[in-house]
Parts: sequence; C-alpha cells; structure tokens
Amino acid sequence: MIWACLAALLSHWRRNPIQLFAYLVGLALATGLWSGVQAINSEARASYDAAAATLGEGQFDQLVPRQGNVIAQETYVALRRAGWLVSPVIDAPFEGVRLVGIDPLTSPAGLGPTAGTDALPMIGDAAGQLFATAETAQALDAHARVIVDAGIAPGVAVGDVGVVQDVLGRTDLSRLIILPEQPMTRPTLADIAPDLRVQTAQQTADIGQLTDSFHLNLTAFGLLSFAVGLFIVHSTIGLAFEQRRGMIRTLRAIGAPLRMLLVVITIEMLTLAALGAVIGVVLGYVIAALLLPDVAATLRGLYGAQVSGTLQLRPEWWLSGLLIAVLGTAAALAGRIWQIARMPILASVRPRAWVMASGRRLRWQMVAAVALLGAAAVLAIVADGLIPAFALLACLMIGAALALPVLAERALSSMQRAAQGPIWQWFWADTRQQLPGLSLALMALLLAISANIGVATMVSSFRLTFVGFLDQRLAPELFVQVDTAEQSNALAAFLADKNLETLPLMSTQTQVAGLPVRVFGVRVGPTYRENWAFLDALPMAWDKIARGEAVVVNEQLARRADLWTGDRVTIAPDLVLPIAAVVGDYGNPLGQVVVSETVFDMLYPGQTPRQFGIRTDDTQALRIEIADTLAIPQSAMINQSAIKEMSLSVFERTFTVTAALNALTLTVAGFAILMSLLTLADLRVPQLAPVWALGLTRRRLGQLELLRALALAVLVFVCSVPLGLALAWVLLSIVNVEAFGWRLPMFLFPTDYAQLGAYALVAAVLAALWPALRLMRTPPSALLKVFANER
Amino acid sequence: MLLEFNGVQKAFTDTDGSVPVLRGVSFGMEAQQTLALTGESGSGKSTLLHIAGGLEQADAGDVHVCGHDLRAMDDGGRAALRRTDIALVFQQFNLIPSLSVAANISFQARLAGRDDPAFRDHLVGVLGLADHLDKYPETLSGGQQQRVAIARALAAKPKLLLADEPTGNLDETTAATVLDQMLALVADTGAALLVVTHSPKVAARMDREFHLAGGLIT
Repeated sequence: MIWACLAALLSHWRRNPIQLFAYLVGLALATGLWSGVQAINSEARASYDAAAATLGEGQFDQLVPRQGNVIAQETYVALRRAGWLVSPVIDAPFEGVRLVGIDPLTSPAGLGPTAGTDALPMIGDAAGQLFATAETAQALDAHARVIVDAGIAPGVAVGDVGVVQDVLGRTDLSRLIILPEQPMTRPTLADIAPDLRVQTAQQTADIGQLTDSFHLNLTAFGLLSFAVGLFIVHSTIGLAFEQRRGMIRTLRAIGAPLRMLLVVITIEMLTLAALGAVIGVVLGYVIAALLLPDVAATLRGLYGAQVSGTLQLRPEWWLSGLLIAVLGTAAALAGRIWQIARMPILASVRPRAWVMASGRRLRWQMVAAVALLGAAAVLAIVADGLIPAFALLACLMIGAALALPVLAERALSSMQRAAQGPIWQWFWADTRQQLPGLSLALMALLLAISANIGVATMVSSFRLTFVGFLDQRLAPELFVQVDTAEQSNALAAFLADKNLETLPLMSTQTQVAGLPVRVFGVRVGPTYRENWAFLDALPMAWDKIARGEAVVVNEQLARRADLWTGDRVTIAPDLVLPIAAVVGDYGNPLGQVVVSETVFDMLYPGQTPRQFGIRTDDTQALRIEIADTLAIPQSAMINQSAIKEMSLSVFERTFTVTAALNALTLTVAGFAILMSLLTLADLRVPQLAPVWALGLTRRRLGQLELLRALALAVLVFVCSVPLGLALAWVLLSIVNVEAFGWRLPMFLFPTDYAQLGAYALVAAVLAALWPALRLMRTPPSALLKVFANER
Repeated sequence: MLLEFNGVQKAFTDTDGSVPVLRGVSFGMEAQQTLALTGESGSGKSTLLHIAGGLEQADAGDVHVCGHDLRAMDDGGRAALRRTDIALVFQQFNLIPSLSVAANISFQARLAGRDDPAFRDHLVGVLGLADHLDKYPETLSGGQQQRVAIARALAAKPKLLLADEPTGNLDETTAATVLDQMLALVADTGAALLVVTHSPKVAARMDREFHLAGGLIT
C-alpha cells in the first residue's frame, strides 16, 4: 500500500514536470545563494586567518634595517646576548613564492604552520621541510621537501629560518620580531644595533578595520540571502501541496490511512529537498568560484598576495547549505502536514481555495507584522551588542515581509475603487485575487530589492566616508618617521628651507575620562582646516583649537565616554578644555584627543615630533632628497597618495562583488516570481476563460498579465525603498557601531535606487513573460475545457 | 438570418487520430427565436455552440452570426462580436471570481458600452439577486450563481444568447425557476436563444428543437 500511495504521489510530478522543476530549482537556488555567500565568506575568512597565522608578525613591533633589507646574523646574536627578546625572520621571493623563515623556538605563539595547536611541526620529523598549500607546494617541489598544509596562506611557504636560508642560499635575516614580553632593563638599540630601527605594528590598524567592514558586508548578505531563500523554499512547498489536495483527498477516500500518507509525503518531500539541496550546493560552489577571483583580488589588495583565487570544499559552508535546505523544507512541511492532518476527507479540493486568503489570516499576519516591527523599534532603541543588532535586522525584514501582502491588498483595493472602466476594475480585482498565491514570491522580491538598496547604500556610504577619511588622514602626500630628536630637528629645518607645508605630529599615550587614549599635538594649518570633516563641531572649531582653548575628540572616545561637542574634558590634572569638535575615525579602535602643538608642548615639554606629514607636488623627488641629504631610510617614508590609491581600488573591487551578488539575489527573486506564475498558470485558466469568452482576446489577456507583474513589481519596489533605507540605517548606525564602535554617516543615492528599481521591474517582467506568452498561445480548446461538459 | 451554419465541419485529434465531430451541419435561426439542440453525450452539441460563439473555429463550411462571416474574422474581430452581440451562459456558471455579483452582472454590458442601470436593476429584481449584489460568487448557491450568469449575459442586451446546459447543475425545482426566468427575460430583451440541453423538458419550452447525431442535424 505504501508503494501504491508513493507511486500515486510521484505520478503528480511525472504529469506536472514544471512543478517538479520549480520545486527542485527553487530549493537549489535558495541553497545555492546561501552556500555561495557562505563559501565566499568562509574562504575569505580562512585566507585571512591563514594570512594572520603565517604572516601575523605585522601585529608585533619589529626591528628593520635603516638601509637596505638585510640584517646580519651576528646582529641578531648580539641583540639576544644583550637581553633583547627578538625572533629572526627571513622573508624573500623565490620561484614566484614568498618564502618566510621563522625560528619556531623563539617566535611568538600563533605564528607558523598549524598555528593555534601545541605542536611545533617544524621540529622533529618535519624538520628540514617547508610548509605550503598544495598549489604553492608544486612550485617548490624541485628545491625542497614541502609538506602540504592548507592552513598556510596561498602563495607563501613557511619553514625554519635555517631551511629557508639554505633554499635561498643566504646566511642573513630580513627582520627581527620584538616579542611582547621584554626584560625590565636592556641596553638601548643604538648601543647594540645602530643600523636597525623599530617599526611599530600600529600601521596595520587601518587595514584591519577595512577588512572587518568587508566581512560585515558579506555577513549581511549571507543573512539576507538566507531570508530570500527561506521564502522561496516556503513558497515552492506551499504550491506543491496545494496542487495535490485533490489527490490526497482521493487517496484518503479510497482507504489510505492518514498517518501512512503523512509519513509517505514527508519522506517524499524531504528526499526531493535533499536532491534540490545537493544541486544547490553545487550551484553555490559555481557561484563562489565565479565570484572568488574578485574577492581574492579585494583581499589581496588589503593584505598583499595572500588569498587563494581557488575554492576549497569546506564542510562549514556545504553542510550549512544542506542544513538550511532541509530545515527550511521541514519548517514549511510541518505547517502543511498539520493542515492535511486536520483536513476533513471531503474538504474542498479546489486548488483556488488556498489563494483565497481569508480576512482572518490577513489580520493575523498584520498582527504578527506589527509585533515584529514593534520589536525591531524597541531593539533599535535598546540594542546592545551584535546579536541584538542582528535580531533587530531579522525582526525588521520578516515583519516588513509579513506586512507586504496586507499593504498590497489595501493598495490594490484602492486602485480597484479608483479604476474607470470594466477591464481595469476587473484587472485590479483579479490582481488582488492573485495576491495570496504570489505573496511569498513578492516577499522574496521585497527582501531582494531591500537587501540591494540597503547593501548598496551601506557600501556607497562606506566608500564616500572612507574616501573622505582617506582625504583627511592621508592629505599630506609624504609621511616621514624619524628615530631621534636630531633627525627631527634636521628634518624640520630642511623642510622649513624648502618652504613646504609641514605637519609635525606628536603623540603620547595617556588616560582621559578613565579610558586609554592617544593624545596628538598638531600644527593647525590649511590642510587640517580643509580636509577634516567633523561629525559635529562648534563654530570656528579650528580657531579655538589653534588658540589652545579647545580639543577635538574622535568618535570612539565620544561614544565610550559619552563626551560630545561642548562638553568639557580633563586632558591633564590641571587642564580642562571644551570639546570643539567630534571627528569620525574609521581606522583605529582607540580613543584619540587632538590638541594644538602649543598645548601639547605645555603638557609634555621637551618632546620632539617623530612623525611628519609633508605637502609636496613631487613625492618621489622629495623622498630621494630627504634620504640623500638627511640619511633617513626609504623604509621610514611612506608615499601616502599610493596608499590612498590602493585603498580606493579595494573599494572598487568590493563594489564589483556587491554588484554581482545584487544581480544574483535579484535573479533568484525573479525566478521565484516565474515559478509562482508558472505554477499558478494552470489555476489561472478557469479564471481567465470567462473573461476571454466575454470578449477579451488572448493577446490582450497576455498583455494584462505582463502589466500585472509590472504593477506588482512597482508596488513591491515602493515598499522596498523605505525598507532598504531602514536596513541600511540599521547596518550603518547600529550593527556597525556595535561591531566597530563608530557610526558611519548614511548617504542617499537616488539614482542608484532608480536603477535598482528598473532592474527589479525588468526581472519581474521577464519572469512574467513566459507565462504571458503561454497564455497568449493557449489554444481556444484549452480555454473551452473550462466550459465544456462534453464535445 | 441571425445565425446560419452551412456545411460546417469540425474534427478533433486524439490518440486514435482525427475524430470528426461535426460532418456538415447546416441550419439557420431567426432573430428572437428560441432553439434547443439535443443529442447524446459526445455528439458535438457544445462544439457547435462554441463555433456559434466564435470561441472555436470550424474546419470547413460557413458560419454567419448577426451578418458577420466568423471564418473570415480574426481573433480580435470574433472577441469584439462576443462583447457586443453574443452572450454565453455555461453549465458551470463561469463567473469571474474576483468580482462581486454586482460587478459580474455589469461587466459584459460595460465592455459592450451599453450599461443600462435601470435595465440591470430590472434583471436583478426579476432574478431575485438584490440581496446578493455585494457578495462574491463563491459564497452563492449554484442556482444563485446561474442567475448571476444569466443577468450578466442579458445585461449586455445581446442579439444572440448561447446557453450550454444552463440548468444542468441545478436541482429540478431550481432548474424550472431559472428556466422560467431566463425565457421571460429573453423574451423581454428580444434576444434569440440557442440552448444545448439533454433535458426534454427544457427542449420542449423552445420554439424549435434540433437533434444532433453522428455529426449531423436530424
């Protein structure tokens, strides 16, 4: 009996292959989108972790040569003997691979292969070998024994410093890592190794913040694609069930036990879901593989050549894809199974019954929507931490999606009342009738467009803000760091002779309002006045700062200490100054206070500036001249315009990835509409045949079907704009603040939204085109079957 | 002649090949006349009705309705004719589910551009639909739905009303009432009526009766 029932249930799919296609493809697309984004995210994070593990020495202060890039082994030995706790590193290109040699015994914990474990793989059996990914290992096979380690950053091979020296044919070192723990007393560096200088780890902070923003972007996409996918799964399962109500009734009427039927249906649907999910995971792999080169290029821009452009089949993303598909199916299935269990044997089998959503159901839906949106509003006020912030996102998106059919019903009802002429009245009434059947697909479209608007706003706001920030912080074309007061004085005199605008920067670590902050002393000049954009400022803020009557604080300090413009802040025990301005600071997790050069001198007398920003038209020439004249090493000078250029190109890459994911989400939502329309097409014939019989041509009916899709897409788009902007606001003003401690200003991009709207309309019309063409070509005999009792 | 069939042929294709349904049907119908078309199941009665309504095309022969040669008209022309001169009533009622009873009744008349509120009210009164105007078709009984279908058809003041088993889905008492009302209103409007029916009682109420057998009028 089980097989007979299963055969009967499966025969439905044989007779309705489009519905089977819709079910499998709906699940596959939902799973594909989710696992694709997860794959990109997990690959990017894995590459990032690998990079941090193998090349993470950037997080420590280091000793680097003043001239050239070689440190003699003897210098390292001398430093160790003098009590300096340093670890040697040799780092050089070889056969297109970056070879990094470290000393496993002295290097800080967490560096090198299988980082994070207690094992020291470079000692023991594996001594004398290099570690690299399989891809990188191929390039080195002829030169050394290489152990494949997927945890190593792509394009890098790591080994013991001695092994790497052998491979490179060198006996020297590239730099020395200064371990965090140092003895209380030790000789000064100038006494032991005057040719070396300390390079602080501080300059990596900007990069880390940018990277986190990039991951936040992808995480938000992951969440939103999951929501879109869940709606599609729910929609396809709902349609598959409604189509078979008649068969289930008949099976029960002829004696099939209800419990057995429920079990058979569950097994059948979950088996098909697993099949769809496997197809989806493969699809996700393809999506990720296509997009990954761009992501890799983006991260390469951030870290150097450390991210693989190839994809690994990581269990965390393909398992999550399968799990999402099966859980999504199970959730949708549970409701339907419950309905069947409660359905009287002689219940209406009209497939239309499910499209006629009762007023009561709509009311409940609205109550749920209002409750979720209310919860979102409460969370927006009280949310503290990332999890409540993401809960707020979920409440906002699901609440808005649930509210959509109710709002659309109201809007269509108004259109029907306002319509002139019978065709238009019927058109709007008929569109209202289609609403319940299409609502899940429309919700998916709403989420897709809102996600696009929200993420586009977020990325574009990021870009504008960071361009402004880079203009602000990297305004001086050349940045020079000196080691001694003599060098500082010599450089200042040299620059004064040249009559170049110079921005000496003095800083020190202290505590303000009980928080660790860095106090900066700056020479207020045109560069600061023109380039610094304040989040909030008193009038004539820079004048007040220049006169030593006020300070600027960064947003991190303002938020943490709740100190804003006009508040007074204790800079030193006997100095309390008002805050003249709060500045957005996106490259640094610490609080900062900016005072004038004079105030800084007064607070910390005798300090000479060790950092200089210089405005120049010819960066390269000035750099060479400073190196030649003052013997300041090239490594101590940074061409800031090049950094700015690199950072901007990173954003362009981020845009490419975002645009590709936007297009993908919209395509999936378009597909959801197509599948809903195709499945509804059979139900539409009895609804349209009377209108055709009354004198509307099939061509006209087809045109009206297209127009209906367009009208619904416009309606959804109108709802998507506020939702997308709310989403962007949550991402920028709440999630970002919780994640990084600073709030990004939100900019609006109406042209971009109009363009997105146009894409959404095109997607909806394309989705409706096939069903409309099918309708236009429906033979009269098919329409007549609705009326015919016989021939 | 309001409706004229001359040597009309029609065949359908199924798994056994071409199956002829009409083998050269010829007959005519004057304005304001009522005519019953009877025959066995599968004899081609509904096909004949569909061809008369321009819903289906004859394979051969001539069909003239209200002076128009249907075979010479395109889809748009036949649709226009259905909007203005022909009305149809089906056994399954075939109302527009998204429109209220009131909107269903006025729909074809408004399409034809001859909506007459006074006449519509008259139809509603005669058919006993006054209390149901704001309801939707699915909430009505079969008899009520068929009355709405008749009101919709006649509100457009068609020259030809084509009815396919209009009482076939109704119980005997309701069927008799609906038939009485339909005939009275047809007489009122001056329309011609072609009814396809199995029922001898319904056929007996018409001016003439044709029997369709073996694809020919007998």
